[in-house]
Amino acid sequence: MAAAMQLNTLMSNMFATGLLDDQFQQLQMLQDPSAPDFVAEVVTLFCEDGERIIGELAKLLDKPAVDFDKVDAFVHQLKGSSASVGAQRVKNTCIQFREFCQGKSRDGCLKTLDAVRNDFYDLRSKFQTMLQLEQQVQASFYPKQ
Amino acid sequence: MGSGSKLGKKEDGGRGMEKEAKQQQQLQLRQRHAARRGRRPLAALAFVAMAVACSAAVHWQLRRETMERAELRLVSMCEERARMLQEQFGVTVNHVHALSILISIFHFEKNPSAIDQDTFAKYTAMTSFERPLLNGIAYAERIFPHEKEMFERKHGWIMKTMNREAAPLQEEYAPVIFSQDTVSYLARMDMMSGEEDRENILRARTTGKPVLTNPFRLLGSNHLGVVLTFAVYRPNLPADASVEQRVEATAGYLGGAFDVETLVENLLSKLAGNQDILVNVYDVTNASEPMAMYGSQTPDDKVGLLHVSMLDFGDPFRRHEMRCSYTQKPPLPWSAISNPLGTFVIWMLVGYIICAAWSRYDKVTEDCRKMEELKTQAEAADIAKSQFLATVSHEIRTPMNGVLGMLDMLLGTDLTMTQKDFAQTAQGCGKNLIRLINDVLDRAKFEAGRLELEAVPFDLRSLLDDVISLFPSKLKEKSIELAVFVCDDVPKLVIGDPWRFQQIVTNLVGNAVKFTERGHVFVRVSLAEQSNVETCRVPNVTLNGKDCKVESTANGAFNTLSGFQAADERNSWEYFKLLLSDKELPSNELEGEKCNQMDADQVTLMISIEDTGVGIPLHAQDRVFTPFMQADSSTSRNYGGTGIGLSISKCLAELMGGQISFTSRPSIGSTFTFSAVVKRASEDTSSDSERSLCEALPTAFRGMKAILVDGKPVRSAVTRYHLNRLGITVQVVNNMSMGVQAFGQNGATESREKPSMLFIQNDIWRPETDIQLLNRLHALRMNGQVHELPKLILLVTSEADKEKYGSTFNAVLCKPIRASTIASCLQQLLQVEIPVRKENQNRPSFLRNLLVGKNILVVDDNKVNLRVAHAALKKYGAKVHCVESGKDAISLLQPPHFFDACFMDVQMPEMDGFEATRQIREMEKKANEEKREQSTSAEGSTSADWHLPVLAMTADVIQATYDKCIKSGMDGYVSKPFDEQQLYQAVSRLVVGTTDPAP
Repeated sequence: MAAAMQLNTLMSNMFATGLLDDQFQQLQMLQDPSAPDFVAEVVTLFCEDGERIIGELAKLLDKPAVDFDKVDAFVHQLKGSSASVGAQRVKNTCIQFREFCQGKSRDGCLKTLDAVRNDFYDLRSKFQTMLQLEQQVQASFYPKQ
Repeated sequence: MGSGSKLGKKEDGGRGMEKEAKQQQQLQLRQRHAARRGRRPLAALAFVAMAVACSAAVHWQLRRETMERAELRLVSMCEERARMLQEQFGVTVNHVHALSILISIFHFEKNPSAIDQDTFAKYTAMTSFERPLLNGIAYAERIFPHEKEMFERKHGWIMKTMNREAAPLQEEYAPVIFSQDTVSYLARMDMMSGEEDRENILRARTTGKPVLTNPFRLLGSNHLGVVLTFAVYRPNLPADASVEQRVEATAGYLGGAFDVETLVENLLSKLAGNQDILVNVYDVTNASEPMAMYGSQTPDDKVGLLHVSMLDFGDPFRRHEMRCSYTQKPPLPWSAISNPLGTFVIWMLVGYIICAAWSRYDKVTEDCRKMEELKTQAEAADIAKSQFLATVSHEIRTPMNGVLGMLDMLLGTDLTMTQKDFAQTAQGCGKNLIRLINDVLDRAKFEAGRLELEAVPFDLRSLLDDVISLFPSKLKEKSIELAVFVCDDVPKLVIGDPWRFQQIVTNLVGNAVKFTERGHVFVRVSLAEQSNVETCRVPNVTLNGKDCKVESTANGAFNTLSGFQAADERNSWEYFKLLLSDKELPSNELEGEKCNQMDADQVTLMISIEDTGVGIPLHAQDRVFTPFMQADSSTSRNYGGTGIGLSISKCLAELMGGQISFTSRPSIGSTFTFSAVVKRASEDTSSDSERSLCEALPTAFRGMKAILVDGKPVRSAVTRYHLNRLGITVQVVNNMSMGVQAFGQNGATESREKPSMLFIQNDIWRPETDIQLLNRLHALRMNGQVHELPKLILLVTSEADKEKYGSTFNAVLCKPIRASTIASCLQQLLQVEIPVRKENQNRPSFLRNLLVGKNILVVDDNKVNLRVAHAALKKYGAKVHCVESGKDAISLLQPPHFFDACFMDVQMPEMDGFEATRQIREMEKKANEEKREQSTSAEGSTSADWHLPVLAMTADVIQATYDKCIKSGMDGYVSKPFDEQQLYQAVSRLVVGTTDPAP
């Protein structure tokens, strides 16, 4: 039960701080017996995808001549993923990132990349905690025989 | 905290570039200023140089003029002297000439000679004033060598040469025989012995004219001088004698020394200005070697000013000239210095003025720029404030909604009374907070200029009904009447922003209810044109605070809704009647239909909310619309509230193209009036869009009749208005007995014609007497005169009365009355079947109906998106297939395929959604053509063309994207992440648009 409470607090905290928005609730609503691990699946996908993109972005921005179109494409992808998951803050930072991209401001991009990274890792750690807690909760509901 | 930091970052990102650009602009401006300032010393220098040049030019000009004048003067002075010298000289020469003639006559014609040395000396001495220039004169006789001895003997002396020697033998001799005393040293001298004299003598006798020697130092005075020699001829010489004749006739020579120096000295001393002028006289017979006759021998090098005048002393062989120059340079006139100086000073002054003006201009522009900067800063700060407010309000609202939702859920659980009470209180507070935040948000939005109005058709009447239904609990506590009246002229449907409209009305009514303890709150809507007519027709318009006479009925009550006095008597019956006068009974027709035919598209509505509350104190009236301002602090203590509502109402009214104003009299009441411009909506546009906003009134009561017993005309008009909306014809009577009478009169045969209802106002009802009247009605029925008794309905203000009269009447209606409450009440009474309108189909289930079993292809390169879309569509029962690129999608969608729809991401690497769709459409076209060929050959089997519905999935739903979607052959778009409502719309449009593709 403690896990459930913890989970609740975590979730409401994530909503309250604007880390997540309604879209995540939509996701939760999509989870049903036919797809019991839907949220976990999507979240894992998002985390992997996000990590990859952030890695790519760091690589791209590290080059002396930055290909802003490519950067923009990656950021767009990350924005799309975060919008789907409801990772509001990452999404907002991505929007900002794209502005810098369009402005071809490398410093701005680097700055926002840091912000995106922070937001993303923050979210990822919270997601991981969430998934663990969910497992615990499920385990307590369906104790192993 | 999280929201705060995010907010900061957003600001940074959004404004960064703008700010940078602005800074750059300012930098440029400053640089330009600096450049201008840097160029200034140069300009000043140039200016000074110009001033100096100008002064110098003036100076030189003046100088030149002076020089010219001096030269002119010199010329005239020189010429004058020359002429005088010449004249004097001439006079002397003439006299010598005369003397020669004298000698020729008295010496040669007389024999013996009439002249001897003494006579000559005496005569010449006495006539020397005639020859002021000659210091002496002597006569030498021409002697040939053969005459020499005779001559010497005759005179008794021997000729001597100039050197006091005995004269040697020579061709001719010219011994001086007569001499003036002053030159007595010349006596006996042979003039021919001197080289100069000899030459002179020879020249004189050939020319017959006076001749001059070169200047030389005279023997006596040591002054410079010349010797004048004049030939004396024998008297018989003809005037036109030849040279030989003349030589022949020469008898002797008259000579004298001109003391030129004295001569010129004397002459000059007689003339003015001789101090200034330096005169030199030269003999220039030999031009290369001028010989000085007068003046300093060394000619000064002052070439500056020199004038040369020719002198003619009558000797054709010799030439003389006079050279004049100034003794000293002509002094510069003061003006030559002062004028340029003055000019310079003037230049400098002008320069200073320009410089001062310039610097002043600079200062002003700099100040102006600073002001601009400050202004932009202030504006930016203002916008930032508004944005901050908007954002913060929004950020607060989100968690607050969570809190409220949780409280709602909490209330749904099993709670003890205390817990429930706590939770309810918390919820109430939360709701208040949300309302306040919404208000602040609105206000901030308005200030930031981001408040936009919608334009949707809505029914004003039902909207107002909804508004008054919000206040029952408060009304019941206070027992005040709340009523709505909408003029018949007001269109049934108008286009505007119903929520904002409702917000204003709710706010104003809320205020009115809050500040009113007794009496009424009356909302009246009319067209602005009508209101104008009203005020024109009735001249005495009230002004704020002024005590105007309000017409009252005999019993002391005012002719208003509740009988209490109102601040603005425009709602009193006298005025109100005018609104109704045009169409006393609007009959069964739907109200407003008439005005729909009016040509104007826009109508201005006047909405007035009248209350009989405490009113607004005079001193507070001018700041009623200032945000967060209440009449005074006690107001908020007594009544609560923040005072932001009115200011928002004002903003909204202005946004709607109207105004808001009020009339208020303390302790009598206030009337707030606002106008709003709305569009008329034609009936057909209303068909489905407004359905969600207002439930249509039942039409089952059309054509029924009712009698209304009400003593107050305004109130009866309101009641009639509501009944009319239901299609019920109303007859108004003043009291109960008249009501019963009216009922009796109308005892027509057909029940439909008869009034089937009797509405009785609470305060008209006198239980003691009116019961009897009712009894009479019952009696009528007993007698069979009336088949059916009318339904008796009592209109009451408070819930308490409902209990009291429940037994007597068929129904008791509690105010505020609304068309819908009347309708439901009547429906119960008359057991009229009202067809229940079907609820809007449950959308999720509807969507499920649309999508269930359908094969749907989702194309997105983003796995996360793909997964979510998959799950979302699956929820509605669709069979979802996912691919990650446009190419895969194309290969899957090669006709024939089994997909019913495709959701396509727009932005994908390699091949984006637009391109993929284009290719899909192309493939379909090809397939269709092939199929057509087959069908023409196979005959008959006309299967549908391939057209796969393709919906774009896009995050930024802007018009441009939409246009692009349509252009590339897509059928619509849905926003990412899926929004149920939108998905429903898009899918249903597809289903409606294309006939069911799969049977």
